[in-house]
Amino acid sequence: MFDERALEELKEAAKRWEESIAPLVSKRPERKPAFLNTSGIPIQRVYLPCQVADLDYQRDLGFPGGYPFTRGVQPTMYRGQFWTMRQYAGFGTAEESNRRYRYLLEQGQTGLSVAFDLPTQIGYDSDHPSAFGEVGKVGVAIDTIQDMRILFDGIPLDKVSTSMTINAPAAILLAMYMAVAQEQGVKGEQLNGTIQNDILKEYTSRGTYIFPPEPSMRIVTDIFSFCSKEVPNWNTISISGYHMREAGCTAVQEVAFTLANGIAYVEAGLRAGLEVDQFGPRLAFFFCCHLDFFEEVAKFRAARRLWARIMRDRFKAKNPRSWMLRFHTQTAGCTLTAQQPKNNIVRVAYQAMAAVLGGTQSLHTNSMDEALALPTEEAVQIALRTQQLLAHEFGVADTVDPMGGSFYVESLTNEIEERAMDYIRRIDEMGGSPRAIEMGFIQKEIQEAAYSYQKEIESGERVVVGVNRFQTKEPPFKGILRVDPAVRQRQVERLELIRKKRDSQRVNRALEGLHRAARGTENILPHILEAVQAQATLGEICDVLRDVFGEYQASVSI
Amino acid sequence: MTASRRIRVLVAKPGLDGHDRGAKVLARALRDAGMEVIYTGIRQSPEQVVNAVIQEDVDVLCLSSLSGAHDYLFPRIMELLKEKGAPDVLVLGGGIIPEEDIPALKEAGIAGIFGPGSFTSDIVKFIQENVRLRP
Repeated sequence: MFDERALEELKEAAKRWEESIAPLVSKRPERKPAFLNTSGIPIQRVYLPCQVADLDYQRDLGFPGGYPFTRGVQPTMYRGQFWTMRQYAGFGTAEESNRRYRYLLEQGQTGLSVAFDLPTQIGYDSDHPSAFGEVGKVGVAIDTIQDMRILFDGIPLDKVSTSMTINAPAAILLAMYMAVAQEQGVKGEQLNGTIQNDILKEYTSRGTYIFPPEPSMRIVTDIFSFCSKEVPNWNTISISGYHMREAGCTAVQEVAFTLANGIAYVEAGLRAGLEVDQFGPRLAFFFCCHLDFFEEVAKFRAARRLWARIMRDRFKAKNPRSWMLRFHTQTAGCTLTAQQPKNNIVRVAYQAMAAVLGGTQSLHTNSMDEALALPTEEAVQIALRTQQLLAHEFGVADTVDPMGGSFYVESLTNEIEERAMDYIRRIDEMGGSPRAIEMGFIQKEIQEAAYSYQKEIESGERVVVGVNRFQTKEPPFKGILRVDPAVRQRQVERLELIRKKRDSQRVNRALEGLHRAARGTENILPHILEAVQAQATLGEICDVLRDVFGEYQASVSI
Repeated sequence: MTASRRIRVLVAKPGLDGHDRGAKVLARALRDAGMEVIYTGIRQSPEQVVNAVIQEDVDVLCLSSLSGAHDYLFPRIMELLKEKGAPDVLVLGGGIIPEEDIPALKEAGIAGIFGPGSFTSDIVKFIQENVRLRP
């Protein structure tokens, strides 16, 4: 991209400049002996064209909406329409969560994102002994299709897109959603949304697994196959780096481990007899946006380019939609502080800006009080306003990839892609990410990084405003959201009523059909759909699958 | 105080919450400070946690929960410790714990609560100053 001779002259000039400032630097040393970002990439004093001399514009950057999608997946990006503003929400009963969704939509949110409570995520009904103390706490409690009806009451499912953070029981919640949509008179092809359905990262970071990896991957590919016919516009998986990043990994590791999991899902789909272009276009991704502003912008661009190369060259996908890494972003929860919580508004705003400059398709901005509890209405309103301000007042959405061509950002993009690729090669040599997870490799990498990060904070090397610098004595933060402990009782009563009133023969028939399909090779989704429509509970359906597939037992090492 | 033997600690994740970054970082920091550390892994019932305390014969129990279920789980574990004859174990709690919940947890017998932003070095110090080693 640059003239050879001009580059040579520039290198000479740069050398002269370095020499000329040496006395000044030794007299007044820089703040640190070395500057490194979270991935350990050394940051230069200044970036020049020489650092990106081998960048080939058409090969490495291309045009927005075209291979390798470094600059964005759509040709006009936010000039056409803004990213989807999608606040992750849910707590208590379906009634309370429905009220929160309606509030968010009234406030201008443009997509829904459902948080389920832990019993729901792990396949227990609200009356299960393991659910004690957890019902409705970190999300909404869903036991049967009745809860799902209430959850989306008055929300037209043909008009809104819904993301559901659900993994091991993803097939069940998707079936409930489809059944509720059908009751609203909405057809499968009109449904837009995403199920997270990324089981691999549950074993390394998030922990809401139920079944062992092999049957779990079979459920994933059953979902791919079923959705390609029944809900063709649904994102069948959201391959997630977010949780690994929250668990402590670096930006490079986030790209590497997420795409390595992506590779494993593609391979599983191919093994299940699907064509790559049959499910490739419906794969979506989910990343974190952490603090190091330029590293994060570069990370998103690198991830896009790397995935495009993997899909086109390694898996021979022909459909350009299969090459596109479309992603949701959430600002980094782990960077929020319980000390001086209002500072979190500022952290979130900059992280949101980095996500937008990185070309995200949808965004959740954390609320200021999330290091203390679930967000209050006031806190979530500020978080949503943060996105609206960003969209409408700063001009950052008026041109595509404004950071493209920055010597620094391009150099980081190259570096992150290369380092992530090195990891992926190592994971390939181990036999792919499921094997690397089994060996504990990924968990160990995440733990090491988390521990170093904490040590940097405690030594003062990494400044956290309000925590290890600029502390103040503060009165306790008032007015956090509390989930009513009576939620469990209400759910238990509702469950009892449903169990009494439903047609138990129909339930048993559906569950038996599911048992047969799970034991054999038939797709389990149609049977799950039948079971939820018969008002089988989420726990009952998971019990059938637990009976056939067994439960995963994690091996722990510290 | 100088310990006559190494302090034994159980780091536990009661309830269904799978976020164990803090638990694992703490486990390593305690080990680096010379303590013997056992980590239970995630998704332990209160009974499992208390059984582990007794079987492993630990001096200290560190509980971590980020899901908001601490209000039920932590006091329940304290009850079981008393019932099963291990009332003198030093118990600490951590995770997403609102300040207004701390008095009730201390009332239940939890010696110290270390929420977000806590330093592992402070937790080490707290344990060393408050642990009662049985011979």
